[in-house]
Amino acid sequence: MARSLGAHAFQERSIMAVTLDQTIAQKQHTFLSRLFSNQTFWVVIAVILACLFLSFATDSFATSKNIFNITRNVTFVAIIALGMTFVIITGGIDLSVGSVLCLCSMILAVTMHAGYSIEIGILASIATALAVGAFNGVLIAYLGFPPFVVTLGVLSVARSLAMVASNNTVVFQFGPDHQKLLSLGGGAWLFGIANPVLYMIVLALITGFTLRWTKFGRHIFAIGGNEHAATLTGVPVKQIKVAVYMISALSAGLAGIIQTGWLGAVTTNLGTGMELQVIAATVIGGANLAGGVGTALGAIVGAALIEVIRNSLGLLGINAFWQGTFIGGAIILAVLFDRIRNFRRSD
Amino acid sequence: MPVLELANISKHFGAIQAVNDVSFSLEAGEVVGLMGDNGAGKSTLVKMIAGNFHPSHGTMRLDGSELVLHKPADARQHGIEIVHQDLALCNNLTAAANVYLGRELRRGFGPFRILDYGAMYKRAGQLFAELKSETRPRDLVKQMSGGQRQAVAIARTMLSQAKIVLMDEPTAAISVRQVAEVLNLIRHLRDQGIAVVLISHRMPDVFDVADRVIVMRRGRKVADKKIASSSPEEVTGLITGAIEQVA
Repeated sequence: MARSLGAHAFQERSIMAVTLDQTIAQKQHTFLSRLFSNQTFWVVIAVILACLFLSFATDSFATSKNIFNITRNVTFVAIIALGMTFVIITGGIDLSVGSVLCLCSMILAVTMHAGYSIEIGILASIATALAVGAFNGVLIAYLGFPPFVVTLGVLSVARSLAMVASNNTVVFQFGPDHQKLLSLGGGAWLFGIANPVLYMIVLALITGFTLRWTKFGRHIFAIGGNEHAATLTGVPVKQIKVAVYMISALSAGLAGIIQTGWLGAVTTNLGTGMELQVIAATVIGGANLAGGVGTALGAIVGAALIEVIRNSLGLLGINAFWQGTFIGGAIILAVLFDRIRNFRRSD
Repeated sequence: MPVLELANISKHFGAIQAVNDVSFSLEAGEVVGLMGDNGAGKSTLVKMIAGNFHPSHGTMRLDGSELVLHKPADARQHGIEIVHQDLALCNNLTAAANVYLGRELRRGFGPFRILDYGAMYKRAGQLFAELKSETRPRDLVKQMSGGQRQAVAIARTMLSQAKIVLMDEPTAAISVRQVAEVLNLIRHLRDQGIAVVLISHRMPDVFDVADRVIVMRRGRKVADKKIASSSPEEVTGLITGAIEQVA
C-alpha cells in the first residue's frame, strides 16, 4: 500500500503535521458554528421553548395525560417520517405512505377478523407493505419513472385496495387475538410510556444507526448528493433505490399495525393526507427535498413540532381552523432558515 | 507482454457508432495520450475499459487473459482505476467519504460491520499528503477548490494497487499550478509501473507527459505514434481531419 518512498518521507511528515494542526483548528472552530447552522438544532430549541411557554401559559399542557397524548400522536407521523427520511435523502419522494398505512391496517384487520392469529395478520400486513414498496421502487429505479408520479398513482391504488379488501366497512373485531392486538398498540409495557412511543424510539435508533454507521446509509447519502457519481463509483444505485422505497412502505405498514392496535378499529379513511404531514415533518426537521441531507432526529423533532403546534392551538383556545396556517408557516419558516444560511455562505 | 490489449473494439448506441473497430495495446509504466475532438469516441472507449459500458464487438485482454467487465467494480477488482471527467464527487460528503465511495472500510465481523471512519480519515489524509494536496479528509467536498476536488478524485485511484489508471480530462478545469501538480502525479504513477491513459484536449500536457499518442476521429483510431516521432501540428491535423491517417 505504501506508495510513499523514503525520499518523500520527511517532506510528507511536515505536510502532514500542518494538515493535522489545521484539521484540529478547523474542528474546534466548527463545533459551535456547525451546531448553530444546524436546522434540526433550531427546531429542537423551538419545540423546547414552545413546551416551556405552554407549561406556564396553560394549566392543561404539562399534565401527564396531555404529554401522554402528544407523545403518542407524534409517533405515527414520526415512524413514517423515519422511513420517508431514507427516500428523501436519495432525492426521491413517497406520496403513497398514507394509503399504504390504511391498506396495511386493513389487511391486518381483515386477516385477523377472518380468524387468523395476530402473527399471521402482522406477517400479511408487512408482506403487503414490502410488496407495495418494491413496486414503487422497481418502477422508479429500473424503469426510470419520476417518484412523484409513481407514488401518486399508488396513493390512489392502495386506498382503493383497502376499500376492496374491507368492502368499505369499519373493522373493529379482530378474531381470537383481539386483546393481543389492542395491548400491542394501546398498552404501556415499560415505565408507563405508551407502546407506540417505545416503537418509535427503537425505530429512530435503528434509522440513526443505519444512516451514520452502515455502508448502505453512506450510499443513500451519495445517491442524493450525486446519483451519477454514485453509479460511476460502483454504488448499487438501483438496488438501493428499491430498498429505500421498501423501507418507506414498511414504516407506513408498521405505523398502520400499531395504529390499528391503538384505535381498535380500522376505517378506509385512515391516514388520509398523512403523506403531507410526514413530508412536512421531515422537511421541518432539516431534510432537503433535493436530496443528500436528512437525519433520524430531524424526522422525530419535525413531527414533534407539528404536534406541539396543533396541541397548543387547542389548549390556547385558538380556533382549530387556524391549524393549517400555523403548520404551513412552520414549514416555510424552517426552509427559510435554510435559505438564509445558504445565502450567507455564498456571499 | 502488454498490460492491456484491445482488439477490434466497437460500440454503438442504437444507430450511432461511437467507437468503430479500435485496437491498441498498453505497456506497464507507459503514459498514453488519447486525443480527439468532442464526440470522437474517447470517453466511450475509456468507459468500456472502466466497465461502465459493454463493447458491442471485440475483445479486451488484461495480462494476456480475456477481460469481461459487467460493472465498474469488476474493473477495479482487476486493477483498472478511472478519474472521471466530472470527477464523480458527491458534494454533500466529506473528502474521505468520496475517496472511499463504493468501497468503504468497515470494522467488526460478520453481518455486524460498521463504517470505519477513523481508518478512512487516516488513509485519505496520507493519500492527500502523498499528493502534496492541502485537502483535509473531514472537509465537505462542497467547500473545496477545483484542485482539491481533483486531488480527491485522484486519491481514489491510489487506494489499491492499480495496474492501469484512466484519466478523463484531468487538467481541463484547473489552474496552471494545479496542472503541473497533476502532470507530476501522472509521472509518479508511471514510475510505479502503472500504465496511464490520459484523455486530453490540451496538446502541451500530452506532449509534456505522454510517451505515445493515440488520435481518434469519428470513432476510429487514426494514429498511434511515439511522441518523439510526432508533433503538435501533426496531431492537430489528425484531430481535425486535415491529415487522414498515419500508420
